[in-house]
Amino acid sequence: MLEIRHLHLAFDDLVLADDMSFTLNPGQTHVIIGPNGTGKSSLLKALFGDLVPQKGQIFFQGEEMNRKHLSQWRQHFGYMPQDIRLDVSLSVLEVVLLGQINALSLKLDDSLLEEALGVLNQIGLVHLANRDVGTLSGGQCQMVLFAQALMRQPKILMLDEPVSALDLHFQQVMLDHLDSQTKAKNWVSVMVLHDLNLAAQYADNLLVLKNGKLVAQGAPKDVLTPQLVEAVYGVKADVVLDSTGLPFVRTQRNGYDAPLVAVG
Amino acid sequence: MIDSNIVQHALKTQRGYERRRFLIISVLALILALSFVFDIATGPSMISVIDVTHALAHFLGFPTQVSSTTEIIVSSLRLPMAVMAVVVGGTLGVGGAEMQTLLNNPMASPYTLGMAAAAGFGAALVLYLGALGLDSNVAVPIGAFVCCMLSASLLFGLAMMRHITSGQLILSGIALLFLFQSLLSLVQFVSSPELSQQILFWLFGSLTKANWTNVGITTAVIGVCIIVLMKDAWKLTALRLGEERAKSLGVDVMRLRLKTLVIVAIMTATVTSFVGIIGFIGIIAPNIARILVGEDQRYFVPLSFFVGAFLLSSASVLSKSIVPGALFPIGIVTAIIGVPFFFWLIMSKRR
Repeated sequence: MLEIRHLHLAFDDLVLADDMSFTLNPGQTHVIIGPNGTGKSSLLKALFGDLVPQKGQIFFQGEEMNRKHLSQWRQHFGYMPQDIRLDVSLSVLEVVLLGQINALSLKLDDSLLEEALGVLNQIGLVHLANRDVGTLSGGQCQMVLFAQALMRQPKILMLDEPVSALDLHFQQVMLDHLDSQTKAKNWVSVMVLHDLNLAAQYADNLLVLKNGKLVAQGAPKDVLTPQLVEAVYGVKADVVLDSTGLPFVRTQRNGYDAPLVAVG
Repeated sequence: MIDSNIVQHALKTQRGYERRRFLIISVLALILALSFVFDIATGPSMISVIDVTHALAHFLGFPTQVSSTTEIIVSSLRLPMAVMAVVVGGTLGVGGAEMQTLLNNPMASPYTLGMAAAAGFGAALVLYLGALGLDSNVAVPIGAFVCCMLSASLLFGLAMMRHITSGQLILSGIALLFLFQSLLSLVQFVSSPELSQQILFWLFGSLTKANWTNVGITTAVIGVCIIVLMKDAWKLTALRLGEERAKSLGVDVMRLRLKTLVIVAIMTATVTSFVGIIGFIGIIAPNIARILVGEDQRYFVPLSFFVGAFLLSSASVLSKSIVPGALFPIGIVTAIIGVPFFFWLIMSKRR
């Protein structure tokens, strides 16, 4: 498990984490939500060791992050940053292979190529394997980068807004794959999402951040309430439960409150 | 459910790409070999290509019939220059390739970032100071090396600052280029006309200073540098995905930057100190290589070398044959043959 103790992170007077403590269990998908500019991406960077917190400790399976041995710490991670531009002349397969950068040598083994192709195949991308990434759409790039993160064979998988450019089909492919692999391989999966309904669908544990504080944490049905949505985002919303007991959030337009009724 | 047919097909296609890129590199190496032989054949006294191959075979220890004049011209005059053209051209290509990789910008090269100008200033300063009482063949390269490393460390100091973009870094490099050019002009200004002429001749970029000693030193230094670079081939490829993403793959970006910058500075300083400033190949050779094989550094670096080497070697042939008996400044010729070729490649770009 990944354990964060008394984390304090700030840029000048902008506080991104204020004495924050929480524990992320393996075999679960942890989804971070919160307003823009509240420090979600910075929190991921701090966990990865790319931002130096002013105070606090981070442990994984009892091992404390040591800034002198960051490369060792980062071996545990598959990390997909927010930026999805791929402005380079490489094939999709080569970009995915880079996920195993320490195993690559001047001559590539068939086994590594097959592993990368296997990952691409699992997420329905193998037909793009030989394309130059410069010719891909934004959503396709995002899927390729997801494949690269999977290729790292991580113990901790951190995805920063991984579905921002994906269509409905690939949203489902990515998040379903993430969910099944997290449970099968006992990963600690951490993901930043903006879509509260996707968050409700896929989170085992929902963490709500605002102004450097963890304002709520737990199962989506316990956390997502109209009161919380209004308190965090300043938006009035209806929250209903679907037949499986998952919350569904719909915002209210100003002055227009049509009741929710089932169709079809 | 793995669709093994599609996977096998994709695997074969990837292997096909690798073979094709290897083939492109081999073709370039072959063209380079031809231009190398022509480079030896061309000069005030023309030697036939057949005699050149015989003399080369003789030089390598094979028993062939060669007249002693031809043998002496080839082995002690033409061959060092021809080898120097290959090594220097290749080095400029690789140096440019790595600067473009580090700065994520196809317009970067040791020349545009002021490293070559700094080396030139260092060399001029040492000449001005009368080689500090040392043998000028030793002191001048050392002066060039020290100044080149100085400008590289200025750049690196900037690169380590937070919030600096590669665009700003390139601008700073261009500022350094102007600074060192002004300092160079200053040295020339305060020098005697005779010394100023000597400095100018040094700066012009010329292979005529090649002899077996400096060819040997250059080849050894460049060989080691390229081996070190190739060991980081995958890390440098990852760097092209962007700094943040390279970090996310576990690459120690700061360390890789420092190491590569030092190697490029050593390479640039070494070749510049022996042949002067040749600015154009460092930008153009990597761009040609990128169009031909993409940015997998396993192919990109060797091809940048061969393209750079070919450009300088063929420029050397031309510089000797435009006006028979006279020697055109090689930097001028390089641009004249390289630019049309480059335009043609850009316009027919496909991959």
